Amino acid sequence: MRTTYRDAMRAALRQALADDPRVFLMGEDVGRYGGCFAVSLGLLEEFGPERVRDTPLSESAFVGAGVGAAMAGMRPIVEIMTVNFSLLALDQIVNNAATILHMSGGQFNVPLVIRMTTGAGRQLAAQHSHSLEGWYAHVPGLRVLAPATVEDARGMLAPALADPDPVIIFEHGSLYAMEGDLPDDTRPVELDHAAVRRPGRDLTLVTYGGCLPKVLAAADALSAEGVEAEVIDLRTLRPLDDDTLAESVARTHRAVVVDEGWRTGGLSAEVAARISEQCFWDLDAPVGRVGSAEVPIPYAKHMEEAALPQVDDVVAAALEAVS
Amino acid sequence: MTAPIPTAGQQPVTAADVELLRQMLRVRRFEERCVELYSSTKIRGFMHLYIGEEAVATGVVSCLGPDDAVVATYREHGHALVRGVPARSIMAEMFGRVEGCSRGRGGSMHLFDASTRFYGGNAIVGGGLPVAVGLALGDRMQGRDRVTACFFGEGAVAEGEFHESLNLAALWRLPVLFCCENNLYAMGTALELSESQPSLALKAAAYEVPAWTVDGMDVLEVRRAAAMAVEATRAGHGPHFLELQTYRFRAHSMYDPERYRDKGEVAHWRERDPIEALTGRLRAEGLVDDDVLAAMEQEVAAEVDDAVAFAEAGSDEPVEDLTRFVTSEDQR
Ligand SMILES: Cc1ncc(C[n+]2csc(CCOP(=O)(O)OP(=O)(O)O)c2C)c(N)n1
Repeated sequence: MRTTYRDAMRAALRQALADDPRVFLMGEDVGRYGGCFAVSLGLLEEFGPERVRDTPLSESAFVGAGVGAAMAGMRPIVEIMTVNFSLLALDQIVNNAATILHMSGGQFNVPLVIRMTTGAGRQLAAQHSHSLEGWYAHVPGLRVLAPATVEDARGMLAPALADPDPVIIFEHGSLYAMEGDLPDDTRPVELDHAAVRRPGRDLTLVTYGGCLPKVLAAADALSAEGVEAEVIDLRTLRPLDDDTLAESVARTHRAVVVDEGWRTGGLSAEVAARISEQCFWDLDAPVGRVGSAEVPIPYAKHMEEAALPQVDDVVAAALEAVS
Repeated sequence: MTAPIPTAGQQPVTAADVELLRQMLRVRRFEERCVELYSSTKIRGFMHLYIGEEAVATGVVSCLGPDDAVVATYREHGHALVRGVPARSIMAEMFGRVEGCSRGRGGSMHLFDASTRFYGGNAIVGGGLPVAVGLALGDRMQGRDRVTACFFGEGAVAEGEFHESLNLAALWRLPVLFCCENNLYAMGTALELSESQPSLALKAAAYEVPAWTVDGMDVLEVRRAAAMAVEATRAGHGPHFLELQTYRFRAHSMYDPERYRDKGEVAHWRERDPIEALTGRLRAEGLVDDDVLAAMEQEVAAEVDDAVAFAEAGSDEPVEDLTRFVTSEDQR
């Protein structure tokens, strides 16, 4: 079935709400407004205001309420409009959701799912464009997902809800309108493995989320130049699937990591370090990285484009790695 | 300490008030042009219009002195214009030009201008309030008798930062004028659906902040309330809070299906258009006539035309400058 990432996400939400009475969705404008990115459009009408709850502009309070409701036996799905606004709830996510199981000596688990958009590319400037998923991937106690395909948008929510611990799902804003094919029998996807989105022998391009389409385009361009890149979509940013990375790099001997975060202290640094640790003797070149320029994302189109990783940057980094 | 603003009967309108009309008209016509420019993709990103709410910024800012500071939200074209940020540099900013007031780095939501002490342009709901408290703290500690006017929507009242800021400002008796633009909806969420206690003035009163509820569609009322509040704030009586009851005539941002309010309600509020209301009163007193109004329209149109031409003729910042201003250049 042909569908969009947005509709796939909505279908997953609808199914979760229909299948389990403990599941409810809450967040700013998820109901009457239909979701700030129209993901939850129509769900209020279908499931009512108890289960599709509009919240006040109180990120810390409603994320914290999600933590509490999860511990009390519900399966909340909390939507935060964007990762930028999640900073107002950082305390609840990092100091509560991620720690309570451990702090309580294993007594209280927090089966909470938090969804939020991330990323740039729509000229929304520095308070609406950052990619901070790497920060969350830093924190033990959280599982961090980044669906990059329509199938993952459809399939990741169910296993996230089945997880006894907090899961954060990052939806890149530029993916919502992307179309893709969905198999008719929608099975939950498994979350433990990265996916090889394109096989190749000459180098490994590692990416996730909103950068996947760019990296696939770069791989096509490289192919035209006779370089066959393998493209790995991390899918789960915490815990990272070391085996898939190592297996690929052991074959290709070269790797470039591409993401929209800043490189300094970023997720790409972690991935590159892991490749170096695991594959040092297999590598024929230093692990390359392509990330955003180390600036707050600017508004002007040409400056925003210059700040973000582009297909050409990926191609150039790949060519350098194989040169 | 909560009180409806002391009434003095309807404010008499004087010749000087023609300037308030002119300011509101500048905002209205500027934004109407922005809509066209957005459709033709000259302006991009999120753009939030102030159309319908012009009396609020116009009335409040008319009471500020040149050394006072303004902190606003992403819905701040009007505040910037009436504060004296040139229309040219605002339009250029929205075009993403280097000649823009934020060098094209901010866009519609992040207008900044040091020369008018205009501190943004903040797109995190509630994010400006603590900053306003800090500006006032800095002024107070340096013995300046400045006031910081901080604008925010009623949606921000649900954020922790609202409560933390009011408390701190009151505790330290800081010269902040909190201006809550209550347009009834935070995106699609009505005030009653987000506040257990929808009286905003009561909330301010809980922090011992004097609070007045004001008809935000009547620029003369806004000015009267703001004048009193600014004076008291400047005199060292601590922060004051104005709830300015207003309405946005358009969508939350450029596109919005408006499933959350009905057309009748919008039509009802449109009948209270602050520009038409003041025009009517000025006319009735014989302070403006068709000729004066036509001349004013013409002058405003010329200003907007000039701003657009300036923005069109502007230049893109060289990409080599991308990493400038991440850290200060002066220290290096
Ligand atoms: C912390 C935070 N959460 C959510 C948003 C998304 N958002 C932008 S404007 C807005 C509504 C704010 O309403 P209000 O404060 O009443 O101001 P208005 O837009 O009506 O002027 C929301 C939810 C945001 N920008 N910042």
